[in-house]
Amino acid sequence: MTTDQRARSIGVHLVLIAYSLLAVGPILLVVMNSFKVRSAIFGSPLALPDASTFSLVGYEKVFRSSHILTYYSNSLIVTLVSMALVLLFGAMAAWALTEYRFRGSTALALFLSIGIMVPIRLGSVAILNMMRSAGLNDTLTALILVYVAQGLPMSIFILSEFIQQIPKDLRDAARCDGVPETRIFFEVVAPLLRPAIATVAVFTIVPIWNDLWFPLILTSSDSTHTVTLGVQQFLGQYITDWNSVLAALSMAILPVVVIYVILSRQLIAGLTSGAVK
Amino acid sequence: MANLRIEQLNKRYGATTVLNNVNLSIEDGEFVVLVGPSGCGKSTLLRMIAGLDGASGGDIHIAGKLVNALAPAERGIAMVFQSYALYPHMNVRKNMTFGLKFTGVPPTERERRVAEAARMLRLEELLERYPRDLSGGQRQRVAIGRAIVREPAVFLFDEPLSNLDAALRVSTRVEIANLHRLLKSTIVYVTHDQVEAMTLADRIVVMNKGRIEQVGKPLDLYYEPANLFVAGFIGSPAMNFFEAEVEGIEGGRARVAGTAFRNLDIPAGSLKVGDALTVGVRPEHLVRGEAGFFAAEGVVELVERLGEASFAYLRRVDGRMFVAEVRGRQTPAPGEAATLVAASPDVHVFDASGLRVAT
Repeated sequence: MTTDQRARSIGVHLVLIAYSLLAVGPILLVVMNSFKVRSAIFGSPLALPDASTFSLVGYEKVFRSSHILTYYSNSLIVTLVSMALVLLFGAMAAWALTEYRFRGSTALALFLSIGIMVPIRLGSVAILNMMRSAGLNDTLTALILVYVAQGLPMSIFILSEFIQQIPKDLRDAARCDGVPETRIFFEVVAPLLRPAIATVAVFTIVPIWNDLWFPLILTSSDSTHTVTLGVQQFLGQYITDWNSVLAALSMAILPVVVIYVILSRQLIAGLTSGAVK
Repeated sequence: MANLRIEQLNKRYGATTVLNNVNLSIEDGEFVVLVGPSGCGKSTLLRMIAGLDGASGGDIHIAGKLVNALAPAERGIAMVFQSYALYPHMNVRKNMTFGLKFTGVPPTERERRVAEAARMLRLEELLERYPRDLSGGQRQRVAIGRAIVREPAVFLFDEPLSNLDAALRVSTRVEIANLHRLLKSTIVYVTHDQVEAMTLADRIVVMNKGRIEQVGKPLDLYYEPANLFVAGFIGSPAMNFFEAEVEGIEGGRARVAGTAFRNLDIPAGSLKVGDALTVGVRPEHLVRGEAGFFAAEGVVELVERLGEASFAYLRRVDGRMFVAEVRGRQTPAPGEAATLVAASPDVHVFDASGLRVAT
């Protein structure tokens, strides 16, 4: 490596490190301060917790005073069920739209791509009315339905691209082998879509887990609140219980990080495979 | 095992005609090769036999049964693809048995067929491996194995050798020929490589622009091409063509004259004075000499040495080039003038519409 190249590589890494700090910093700050007493959070927000400032009071309060476990399981149910449905229907729709030519297939593809461009929140009032008249008000089902609608267009779009990259000969070979169409999809195409499915899974999960808006307008009782909504009860107009807020936020971050770690290898394969080859 | 009959088959995509009234009859156990330049419709024809593409018109019969409306799996065919099309996430054994699951073959029978195909194709050691761990030749053998275990009535091969390197191509070609001898099954094989066509085929079907130009035994196509296209397509380097005209007719013989060769005499038949003709002679049929049925002069410009033969490229009197094969160590030097002659059975004459004229 010449000095010129080395200098450039150091420069690139400096930029990357700076960006990483910027991205990770706030999260570290939240997690770090969630383990400190209230005075230390304000006194020295950037310091690590030490023997005198360490405290689990935030976590204790969260567990004692709120339905955090209910919120947590609500978030998990909503996120995982939505993700499963988005992946299943998304992959099936993408397969149908790329593999079969039928009357209206182009129109249908266009209709679905509109969903990418128009934010679903524009329809909040209509959605609220719809859910109320369907009797789904204040249920997790309502959230799941909204999130599936929100996630489907993008997942169909991404998965269609990937399905097109699967050699046509493979499907033809399977047809000559006498494999039924549904089995071609589930046993030949779907296994080859694994990296793409991981990519779509992450892109689907994160916004759903973090969403505040739809739980806020569609759920009203403690039994249907999600984590992000649950955290809000510690934020008051006059007093905010920062210990509890930070503790609850730290716990809310955890599952997303775990899922990301599990899927990241597939995710990277999925993000780059289209670009390189 | 089965015969295959294709009647008045048409394929159109919008305004473009890909196949135009194709008629073809293939006997039980016959090895038929479809050959032609790219875009001639040979792969489309194969895919239509397989049932992967629908017909715009016409009928396909396999084993006497009309199969137009049947799915690929119900037609009793098995296809080997150019890209091998192995399932990447299944090992070799699974690749071969996957399709059998859905066609009601019991597990013990599946195992027996896989074992037999593996023995025939020397795949026993590879059964547990994945396609990504196999070489090109091995993948091709697996693809053939997957076709064999289906025990089809008709095997369809779509350019199976074109992804292999030259040496492997030759050895796999021999294997396919052996396989045909062993299985005695009907095979339809698509290639653009005329060497494959000549070596493998019982009969060759030469296609061009969606039509069948000629169907015949390999040597019949070589020695008696029915038209200009077949004459130019079969043989390498391609046949030399000389423009000519009927100059006079006397006593049932037509005198054929051109700028680049000496006049020759052929049976007049229905020829008339002034008819435009094309005279064709293969490079390997031209020898140096003074006089013969056909004779053309030229100046050597370039010599290609291949070892078993050399090809001399000569500039004709009219400025165009022609090629002659030279055997032996002595090759002509560039700049040398030479007269090349050919005997009457090796000279082909075609009329203005490209059809063969008796000589």
